[in-house]
Formats: sequence, structure tokens, C-alpha cells
Amino acid sequence: MKAEIFLKSERCKGCGICVAFCPKKVLAIDALGRCSIVNPDECIACGQCELRCPDYAIFVDKKKVAK
Amino acid sequence: MEDRIYEKYFRQHRLPHIWCPGCGNGIVMKAIVEAVEKQKLNRDNTVIVSGIGCSSRASGYMDFDTLHTAHGRAIPFATGIKLANPKLNVIVITGDGDCTAIGGNHFIHGARRNVDLTVVLFNNSIYGMTGGQASPMTPVHKKATTAPYGSVDRPFDACHLAEAAGAAYVARSTAFHVQHLTDMIAGGIARDGFSFIEAVVQCPTAYGRKNKMADPAQMMMWMRDNAVMKAAWDKLPTDKRDEKFPIGVFYQHEFTEYGKAYNEVIEMAQGGKK
Repeated sequence: MKAEIFLKSERCKGCGICVAFCPKKVLAIDALGRCSIVNPDECIACGQCELRCPDYAIFVDKKKVAK
Repeated sequence: MEDRIYEKYFRQHRLPHIWCPGCGNGIVMKAIVEAVEKQKLNRDNTVIVSGIGCSSRASGYMDFDTLHTAHGRAIPFATGIKLANPKLNVIVITGDGDCTAIGGNHFIHGARRNVDLTVVLFNNSIYGMTGGQASPMTPVHKKATTAPYGSVDRPFDACHLAEAAGAAYVARSTAFHVQHLTDMIAGGIARDGFSFIEAVVQCPTAYGRKNKMADPAQMMMWMRDNAVMKAAWDKLPTDKRDEKFPIGVFYQHEFTEYGKAYNEVIEMAQGGKK
């Protein structure tokens, strides 16, 4: 896992933009109609979801490699 | 989680915002605050002025000195602010209906005067808040509640309009091209004069559902596929332009800024005979 993903679910409206633009299918819309992380290990920390989230509900931090 | 710089510019207790799921306004609002950060504007010296409409709700979520004004009248209010205190950085947020219909005259005369404002037009091609009526920027043949068989009115190209009216900086970008949009807005803030940036945003609720694009991600992919950078657009043959539209900086020019011209008049009037 290269990244840590944080969700502010109380802001999420479930529009699906993050799910559509994720190149690795890390995200999905759950039964409650909100974004959820289904494949965390696949995340490459590209940040496309955070960039285009209109509700500021998702945050991706690159994991710092321990030296 | 690392702190995000853009988060500090929002009124946290006002979030989540009122916009529909998938609305592009949130993306552009973030681009504006990132441009403010990029240009290192002092928050106490920055004023956000907005008109009426979906787009203009943005001023309520931004932690600056903000002013939510009358429909179409954001540019006159902003002009007053700038002339009263020329040290302020004034950013105007407006929508396609607000700017080109209700405030059409204010828009062209604001550009003509060349007051140092940065005007960001959120173009969602429709009147979203009032129920999806066709706006002056609804493309031909696209449906709206007041155009159930498709709009017959030809739309304004707000960028051409701003350029013809005398704006000092004219640019366009989309909600898909977030970093590009931030750069365009930052360029507008840096320019001393009337800067106009059109941000194409998706409105899945009022516009998309009427026009077979109810999915916001699909609308953003449409932007990705149809927006062409200015340099490539100039080389594109006319028959291949089709639904495509250009993005980038279209026009830049140095004109005398209104405040400076006005100060010269004050000096002349107070100076007596020379």
C-alpha cells in the first residue's frame, strides 16, 4: 500500500466522480450511497479522486518510505 | 492526515455545501482558493463578491471578507470596493445567467472600464437554482425546462464578449482541468486590470438530466474529450471542431487601469493651474 486514504463521509454526497476517475478501482459507492474504500492495496496515490472531489470529502496522502 | 492548504480558506462549519451531488462548483471554488494561495494574497486584503445563483453561493463558504450581492450586480459592487480601497484584491464569482443575462450590461461595462477585478464565471449552461431554464449560454439544440425541444437561441461566447468589451485578460478552463483552471485564475489575479476567466462546470441535476448526461463523471469526461488547448485549437481544421471548444489564455493586453486613470483626474482637478 503506497498511500493512505482518508474519507470525510459526512461531506460525501455519493456523486461517483472519484470512483469513475480512479485508475485502479480502489473506490466504490457503498449501500448507503457514499464513497468507500474497497481495494486499498491497489492505490497508487495519484490523487485524481482528491483533485476532482467537489465536496472535499476524500484525501490521499503518499506514504513516506522509512529510510 | 496531512493538513490541506485549501481547507483553511473554507468556513468549516458551513460545509458540506448546498450544491447537488456531482456539481462542479465545488471544484472551481477549490481552484479559486488554490489560486489565491499560489499568488500569496493576504486573506485580510482579499474580498470575494458574488451575485445570485448556484455559483454565487460560493462566497458563503469562503473564509474571506465576502459579499453576496444583488442578481447580476456583483461587478458594480466589486467596482465600488476596488475604487474605495485600491489595496484590496477583489475576486468576483458569478454564473452564466448572472453575468451574461441579468448582469450583461454590468459585465461589458466592467470590462470596458478595466477596473482591476478578477471575474470567475461558473458556466453550467443553465439556470440551475431556479429549475433549469435556458440561459444565454445554453448551447443550441440543448434542452432546458423552458426549451423542451432544444434551445434555438444562439449562445454567447463570454470569452469573445469580454475580449471585445475591453478586458485585459481572458481565459477559459473546465472543472476537469483543475490545475489548469487554478493557473488560469492565478494569471487573472496577477494581471492589473479586468481579468475574466470562464470555468466550464457540470450541472448534472438541471442540465445533465435534460441532455442525457445525468452522470457527473460522464460530464467531466465530455470536458476532457472536447476541451482543446488554445495552441492545438488554432491548428484544428474547422470541420473537425464540431462540439469541441478551446481552453487556455485567449487574450492579454495592458490597458490603463481604471483606478489609476481616476487618480490622474483627481490630481488634475486638485492641482490648480500649471
